[in-house]
Amino acid sequence: MRVRGSGSKNEKIELQMTPMIDIVFQLLVFFIMTFKIILPEGDFNIKMPLAAPSQGAPDPNQLPPMKIRLKANSSGELASIQMNDRKMDSFSSLHNHLISVVGDERGPGSIAQEAEVELDCDYNLRYEYVIAAVSAVSGYLSDDGHIVKLIERIKFAPQRK
Amino acid sequence: MKIQKKDSGEFAEGDLTPMIDMTFQLIAFFMVLINFSDAEQDQRIKLPTSELAKPPDAPFDEPRYLQLTKDDTVLFAGDEVPVPGLKPMLVRERQVLERDPDKSAAMVTVIIRADSEAKTGQVQELIQICQDVGFERFALRARQKEQ
Repeated sequence: MRVRGSGSKNEKIELQMTPMIDIVFQLLVFFIMTFKIILPEGDFNIKMPLAAPSQGAPDPNQLPPMKIRLKANSSGELASIQMNDRKMDSFSSLHNHLISVVGDERGPGSIAQEAEVELDCDYNLRYEYVIAAVSAVSGYLSDDGHIVKLIERIKFAPQRK
Repeated sequence: MKIQKKDSGEFAEGDLTPMIDMTFQLIAFFMVLINFSDAEQDQRIKLPTSELAKPPDAPFDEPRYLQLTKDDTVLFAGDEVPVPGLKPMLVRERQVLERDPDKSAAMVTVIIRADSEAKTGQVQELIQICQDVGFERFALRARQKEQ
């Protein structure tokens, strides 16, 4: 039997680079076109249970909610901040006052965990002020960049028209 | 003067290896950075910022995104509707969800992406509509403030 040779020894096998480069450039263009820099986003959980009739007597250990009133002027800008009828100059003073109320204790059974905040906002208040209030209430960044939680139970008061 | 002819037997061949290397590096870079999970983001919404807005450690089980523009319209499932027109869409969403016996409306977290200039009353109306439909878990989304 005759074994076939592998052809002429002088023939050089050359890879076809053109289709690969075509595809690679297509991919590159696709990724460049779809690329957008996305800034990280985070969530604040809001507790808004359904208005169902309560089962049994209310929990006697449950603290009444701390009411934060945000008033707006006619253009939707923040006009005043009040916490339990006490006027606050800014969100940072609200934050400091809350820390003085709930104390440094954290964890199960602490005031910070039991406390609840109710946000009572004017209808036309710009939403950014709500997020600023929620930020002031829900915690702060420690020196090492970690979030220290303050009050996690936040809800909205009934809507004002 | 005699002009020398070039040797016609040889031809110059560009070395493609560095270019292909760089191109693959770029493709790998873009592939790693591309984020398909954030497809719900819409450029019409300018989120308010907060230094506490850190990306969640674990994704929500059943997230539903409601995006409120500053013009009082809601972007939901590819449609732009006024706030009151959202209810039938959410009812349909709930019906679709509950076709799966393992799922219920209580499992859904409604993530509200509202524009920083939107009215707070509109956000509350959105929450009210969701509650009427049976959704009760909400998250207000904000953009992380640059340090």
